[in-house]
Amino acid sequence: MTDQHIASAFDRDLEKIQAQIMKMGGLVENAILEAAVSLEERDEERAEQVRRSDKAIDALEESINEEAARVIALRAPAAIDLRVVLSVMKVSGNLERIGDYAKNLAKRTRILAHMEPINGSASSLRRMAKEVERMLNDALDAYVSRDAELAQNVIDRDIVVDQMYNALFREFLTFMMENPSNITSCMHLHFIAKNIERMGDHVTAIAEQVVYLVTGAMPDEEREKANTTV
Amino acid sequence: MLDVTTVERDVAANNVKISAKDVQVFYGDNHAIKDVTVEIEDKTVTAFIGPSGCGKSTFLRCINRMNDTIEVCRVVGDIRIDGENIYDPKIDPVQLRAKVGMVFQKPNPFPKSIYDNVAYGPRIHGLARNKAELDEIVERSLRSGAIWDEVKDRLQAPGTGLSGGQQQRLCIARAIATEPKVLLMDEPCSALDPIATAQVEELIDELRKSYSVVIVTHSMQQAARVSQKTAFFHLGSLVEFGETSKIFTNPIDPRTESYITGRIG
Repeated sequence: MTDQHIASAFDRDLEKIQAQIMKMGGLVENAILEAAVSLEERDEERAEQVRRSDKAIDALEESINEEAARVIALRAPAAIDLRVVLSVMKVSGNLERIGDYAKNLAKRTRILAHMEPINGSASSLRRMAKEVERMLNDALDAYVSRDAELAQNVIDRDIVVDQMYNALFREFLTFMMENPSNITSCMHLHFIAKNIERMGDHVTAIAEQVVYLVTGAMPDEEREKANTTV
Repeated sequence: MLDVTTVERDVAANNVKISAKDVQVFYGDNHAIKDVTVEIEDKTVTAFIGPSGCGKSTFLRCINRMNDTIEVCRVVGDIRIDGENIYDPKIDPVQLRAKVGMVFQKPNPFPKSIYDNVAYGPRIHGLARNKAELDEIVERSLRSGAIWDEVKDRLQAPGTGLSGGQQQRLCIARAIATEPKVLLMDEPCSALDPIATAQVEELIDELRKSYSVVIVTHSMQQAARVSQKTAFFHLGSLVEFGETSKIFTNPIDPRTESYITGRIG
C-alpha cells in the first residue's frame, strides 16, 4: 500500500493529530518522572510545577478529540485511517488519565513533605514510576513505528509494575501495624503506589491500541493478573 | 450487548443466488475480466467497487447477458443463477432479462405514461391476464419502488415529467414489475441529488428483503451504507470479496486498503 493519500490534506490532518499525541505523550512522561522525583526529594516547588503542567495535557486531549471529530466528519476515514482516528481518541484519553494520576501524586507530595519520611518508600515508588515511564516511552515508540511486537512486549511488562505494587502494599501494611502514627503517610503512599499501578494499566491500554492499529484486532489473550492484593 | 449491534447487518438467508466460476471477458484482444469466481447471496445487497475500468460494470453486465449485444465481446466461464447456467444455448436472453432486472446510471423512463412504463414488462412477458391484474402489478411495483404515493394521482402523466429521483425510482419499479430474482444496479444514484440518493438507498435496503441486489457504485460511502457484501475489483480481477463491515474496517488485501482509504484511484 502506498502511504500517501490522493488528497494530500488528509495526510496532513492525520499527521497533525498524531504529532499532537506525541507531544502529549512527551508531557505525560515528563509529569510522571517529575512527580516521582519531587516525591523522593520532598521538593514542593517541583510538585507544584507538575500540577500546573497538567493543564497543557488536558488542553491537548481536547484539541485531539476535536481534530478527530473533524476528520471523521469531513473525510469519512476507512480501514487504517479509521483505526488511526479511533486509536488517537483512546490513546489521548489514556494519556490524560495518566496525567491526572501524576497530578494527584504531586498533590500528595506536598502533604508528605511535611511528615516523617517512611523508610525507603519514596525511592521504591520512584523506581516503580520510572518503570511505568519506560513502558509509556516504548508504547509511544511502538505507536510511531507501528510496531505490534514492541507493543505486545509493553503489555507483557505490566506484570512487573503489578508485582512492585504488591510488594509496596505489604510493606505499607507492615509499617502501619508496627506504628499507628505511620498511618497517615502510609495511606498517602499507598494511594500513590496504587495510582502508579493504574498508570501502568493505562499504558497497557495504549499498547493494546497500537496492536489494534497495526493488526485491526485487539490482543485477545487474557492477561495474567499479578495484583494479589484483591 | 454484542448481538444487539449486529442485528441490523444480519443477512437473512445465506443461500447462493448467483454463482460465477472462472469468468473471463474479452473485448477483442483486451482481457477485461480475469478469472472471476464469486458467489452472490440471495436477499443481500452486494456492492461492486473499484476504480474506473476495473471491470465491475462489465462483470455486472455478464449477469444478464447485456454483453451479448456487444459484437467484439466474448464471455468465457460459468455463471449460474439458482444453479442454472445462463450462458446455456437453451436460455433465451430476453426471458433471462425478465428474471434479472437492471437499473442504469441515468434514469431512462420510456417516453410513455407512468403506468405504461411499469406495465410494459408484464405485458410483453404476458404476466397479466386482464386489466385488473395488470393494475394490481403496476400498483404493487410502484409501491415497492417507494413512489406510489407520489404518482398515484397522475398515472397517465408521462414518466419523463418526473424529477430525476422519481424517474430513477420509477425505473426500479419497472425493473421489479416482472418479478425478477436478481436486481442489477449500475451506479443508480450518480445522477441524483443527496435527498433522492437517500430515498433510493432506503429503497434498496427495502428491496433486499425480496431480491438479491447487486450494485455497482463509485461512492464507497454508498457501498458501505447499503451493502452487506462488498467485492473490490482492480484491473479486471476480483481482489477481495467479503463482509462490507470487514472490508471497510480491516481489509485483507493491501490494494483494497489503498483504494478504500483514497490512496490509489
